[in-house]
Amino acid sequence: MIKGALTRRRMLGTLAALAVLPLTRPAHATEPLGFGELYKSFGVLGLEFSDKVKRLNGREVRVKGFMAPPLKAEADFFVLTEIPMSLCPFCSSDADWPDNILVVYLGRKQTFVQYNAPISAQGVLEYGSWVGPVTGFVSQLRLRSASFETV
Amino acid sequence: MRKLLLALASATMLAGAAQAATVYPLDRATILVGSPFDFKVEFDAVVKPEDVKVTVNGQDYEAVFGKKAEFVAEEKGAEDKVLGSALILRDMAINEAGDYTVEVSAGGETKSVGWDVYATAAEPKAKNIIFMIADGLSVAHRTGARIMSKGMSEGKANGRLAMDDIPPVAFIGTSSTHSIATDSANTASAYMTGHKSRVNALGVYADRTPESLDDPKVETIAEALRRTGKKSVGIVTTAEIEDATPAALVSHTRKRADKAEIVGMMFDVKPDVLLGGGSAYFLGKDVPGSKRKDDKDYIAEFKNAGYALATDKAELAASAGANQERLLGLFHTGNMDVTLDRQFLKKGTVDKFPNQPGLVEMTEVALDRLSKNPEGFFLMVEAASVDKMSHPLDWDRALVETIEFDKAVAVARNFAEKNPDTMIVVTGDHTHGVAIIGTVDDDKPGEKMREKVGTYDNAGFPNYEDKDGDGYPDRIDVSRRLFLAANNGPDHYETFRPKMDGPFVPAIQNEAKEYVANEAYKDVPGAVFVEGNIPKDEDTGVHAVDDIVLQAAGPGSEGFRGYMEQSDVYRVLADAFALGAAKK
Repeated sequence: MIKGALTRRRMLGTLAALAVLPLTRPAHATEPLGFGELYKSFGVLGLEFSDKVKRLNGREVRVKGFMAPPLKAEADFFVLTEIPMSLCPFCSSDADWPDNILVVYLGRKQTFVQYNAPISAQGVLEYGSWVGPVTGFVSQLRLRSASFETV
Repeated sequence: MRKLLLALASATMLAGAAQAATVYPLDRATILVGSPFDFKVEFDAVVKPEDVKVTVNGQDYEAVFGKKAEFVAEEKGAEDKVLGSALILRDMAINEAGDYTVEVSAGGETKSVGWDVYATAAEPKAKNIIFMIADGLSVAHRTGARIMSKGMSEGKANGRLAMDDIPPVAFIGTSSTHSIATDSANTASAYMTGHKSRVNALGVYADRTPESLDDPKVETIAEALRRTGKKSVGIVTTAEIEDATPAALVSHTRKRADKAEIVGMMFDVKPDVLLGGGSAYFLGKDVPGSKRKDDKDYIAEFKNAGYALATDKAELAASAGANQERLLGLFHTGNMDVTLDRQFLKKGTVDKFPNQPGLVEMTEVALDRLSKNPEGFFLMVEAASVDKMSHPLDWDRALVETIEFDKAVAVARNFAEKNPDTMIVVTGDHTHGVAIIGTVDDDKPGEKMREKVGTYDNAGFPNYEDKDGDGYPDRIDVSRRLFLAANNGPDHYETFRPKMDGPFVPAIQNEAKEYVANEAYKDVPGAVFVEGNIPKDEDTGVHAVDDIVLQAAGPGSEGFRGYMEQSDVYRVLADAFALGAAKK
């Protein structure tokens, strides 16, 4: 049964990727940004954003990752993580977010997807501390006017 | 007929429940004489203040408590639901030891509780206490660490752990006030305050209001030491310093997740030595990596309060020569990496934080600093990741953490040998559902990995080697290795092998908010799907309710004996330090 579900998901993923290909925007408009490229340095006294993040601030980027289990199904933001989240900081009081997360504010509401399937999020990159007015969620790095698709 | 009886029974129970007020501290509380605490009465109904009657040993409470309590006409719950009236008296103390019966009534509600307010020895028995907690330490962790580290031949261990020569003196019951099961917040809190509490709570009784910072407080050991004398206080952990176990020495909150506030509570008490991870909650929100929602810069606050700061192994070593009287060592933004990753495999987040010290070095530095105080010290050392690796069923990492913990125990024993006025306690705070059932032998015939599990006579002895004599096996992925089996867990894949690429992540959440087996392990040769036996909203293996073993040596350790509640441990500590000696 597990095997069947996986095969089906793989197939759906392949179909989605095929469907999306013709719609991909020209390369110069959107730069890919990897989780490994977010920080120049990690340190106890703080992390430092990479030159690439600083350069792309305010520009449209595309980041691949995983959707962390969202606060609620209807929220218009979610947290993008490098690897699938094994814990749900929104649900469990002793779980905590990893250091390297990206908060994605959607341009329009989208139906949330399977959390352990990779997605590609696209939006305007912004860094610097910002407190979500509705949720109080503090983010250091965000995508605004974003959308996402399964990959 | 049976339905009718059930209906009657439930009606009776409801009526009964509706008429009992709740009094904090709870019935059978044990309270250190002179220690400040909050007294609270929660009525199930809205009552009139003039109807409220509280007596203590038959006298009006004000005469005994010395203060008048605040009456709250209506306490509010979620969505402003009225919960009933309450009576709150903050920061009171009882200065005469003895049995106290508190009787409360209002409207149709009555409640009677008894408290044991205890004094201690007049003179201290110990000058120093080193309280060593391996979080989640179960018997399997000890046995496994011994076999992995020392080896075994012909049924006899080839060496002894440092903890093997500290007498086991008590079995400790870890249950919480609302459940037989427990977590590290209320278990550590019981040790460090003498009061049991509820899961997730620290230094408080868990009241009914949603606010997490208003619950009735009890005194922590660090606060008691500040109140009664000049001993130093040290906290060493491999977790975030604001995580539940270290937080238990200083904190008062219903929610262990109030980590930003817990850092503030640490700052209020100012332990003389603080070593661990968790710097993210010390950084103002504008600093990348911060997890605070405010601009508080606790790095600066601690420095201004006379703390030397160390952020890696080299700075920790150099801190011995620092002029500042206190030491703050933060070595990771989150939990520190585990020994297997930090020292051997370089996995986890070791690439980001390559120079983290280990528990042994941190314990050595802490003892060196604290022992300079002629008044003595209380040091709590926590091997946090015995638990943090047992949750995801990563038994190899949990065992290596236990070996590291044992090396820290050796440091403590060495200190106590030179300073015989030191009591050492070695224990866990709760257990895990794990046991060693034999070995996995890659050379055992069989197609499937389960055929390679050796039980009884077929288990033989593992072939770990320690040629460099550092106490750690040279490799954990040997051909005949220990097989630890969890008695609970989420859906996951059992790989029968150590996780060489980083800590095991057995399950991840799906879109239905259920934890499902992590498919990253599906294709490991021989992996077998194991269906979980706990609810699907549980992400990892859970704590066991089993008693834990407490070992102790040194002056005052004779107070530990037989079965004890976790909260009784505090009384032995308080007695060793004479924290409740009659005032002269």
